[in-house]
Order: sequence, then structure tokens, then C-alpha cells
Amino acid sequence: MSFKNTSFKLILSAFASGLVFGFGLILAGMTNPSKVLAFLDVTGQWDPTLAFVMAGALLTLGLLQWRIQKKYRHHLTPVNSKSNIDSKLLLGAAIFGIGWGLSGLCPGPALVSLSSQLTGSYVFFLALIAGIFLFKITDR
Amino acid sequence: MSYATVLTALGGGVLIGIAAGLLLFFNNRTAGISGILAGILKPWQLDSQWRLAFLLGLIISAPLWKGLGGNLHLELDTPLTVLAIAGLLVGYGTQLGGGCTSGHGICGNARLSKRSIIATLTFMVSAGITVYMVRHVL
Repeated sequence: MSFKNTSFKLILSAFASGLVFGFGLILAGMTNPSKVLAFLDVTGQWDPTLAFVMAGALLTLGLLQWRIQKKYRHHLTPVNSKSNIDSKLLLGAAIFGIGWGLSGLCPGPALVSLSSQLTGSYVFFLALIAGIFLFKITDR
Repeated sequence: MSYATVLTALGGGVLIGIAAGLLLFFNNRTAGISGILAGILKPWQLDSQWRLAFLLGLIISAPLWKGLGGNLHLELDTPLTVLAIAGLLVGYGTQLGGGCTSGHGICGNARLSKRSIIATLTFMVSAGITVYMVRHVL
């Protein structure tokens, strides 16, 4: 099957990526905040299972990147990739970590759990959007 | 932790890796969910269509998974005020730090970006300290 319309192809691949990403998060247990919190609770009843999610994802993506680059000699440097390490990076990551640690939710699982119709997932999602806007307004 | 949960965790990770590979190969984009989401919010970026498609796929993955007979465990017992504060921090922090668990934690680390490795260590430690404070100190 070939698509003459490239933008349709780009939309389709993005949709497939989102769908498979969601399936992965669900299968891995990342959509269960109590499991995520148990992974982060190193000094409590630590559940290290989620380390295998990252291991599986990094190995798979690393292998795919390596194969693609070897076969197509196509260096996959995504659009908008940065390389500078500054205080914004550190402060932003630290702030994100506090929110993640309070809720057990990061953006992917938050989106996946929207269909659960739980009040909490709507509240988190709206606050997430507000936080993004807060940054957009203040970072000028 | 059991043998079965380790296998599903690994399997889930493999799917996430494939998903990120798809987006990287076909769209030349990082599957960073906080960034993709921020890109459809005002001020708009001109290339919003693929972003909407990605987010739509992510959102309908749960009902589709259920429809295909998959086991889905979605519950939230955190108080709403805490979820609201957490959401704000996640939204603001991921924009300031340029990524979240997907963009830095998976995509950036997979291409050995120093920036992402440092960001990942930072949010892991910060999240760990937060959970420690909430569960064992406060």
C-alpha cells in the first residue's frame, strides 16, 4: 500500500505510534499510579518492576535506531533536539519529579486514563494543561 | 514483583520502544508526550495534525485495549487537591525541563543524550524524595 499524500501517511504513523504507546503503557502497568508510586518508594515496600519497562523500551528503541541508521545511513536526529544542560533543565525536571511523585501520573498515563471517566483523571489533566499554559505565559 | 509482572513490564516497554521508533522513523519526531501535547495548545504550531493523531491514538488505546479483551486497571485514590497540584507541577516542570518520562526517559536516553540522562536522573531522584516525604516523613 502506498500513499501519495505524504501528510496522510504522517498522520497515520503518528496515530499508530500513539496507539501502540498507549498499549505499551497499559500492558506495562504504567497507568496504575499505585504501581508507579511503589516503584518510586525505594525505602518502603519497593516494587522494582517498572525498571523493566524502561529497560525494554530503551533496548527496543536503541536496537531500532541502530538498525535504521545502518540500513538507511539515515541519522535520526529528531526535529527540535537540544543538547545544552542548564538550570532550566534541572529545575524543570525536579519540579516534574515532585508532581510525578505526588500523583504517580506522568503525561502519557494521564492521557491514557482520560477514558476511565474518573474525576481525578480529569482534574489532573486540566491542571496539566494549566501548568503548560503557566509556563507559556511566564516564559517570555 | 513476580515473574508475570516482569514479563508484562518488559513487553510493555518493548511496545513503547516500537511506538517511539515508528514516530522517529516516519515523522522524524521524538515521542515526547508533554511536548506533543504542548504543541497543540496556543500559541499553535503549524504542524498540529500529527500531534492530534498521536494524542488521539494514546487516548483511545484504553477503550480499544478493553474492547480487545485486555485487562485494564485504572484507579486513582489520591485526593483531588493533591492531583490538581501534581498536574500543575507536571505541566510546568515538563515544559521548563523540555521533556518527561517519554521524551527524556525513553527517547533521549535511547540516543544517549546527556541532557536527557541528567534530566532523567533528576526527576527520578526528585520523585523518589517526594514519595519518601509523603509516605515516611509527613
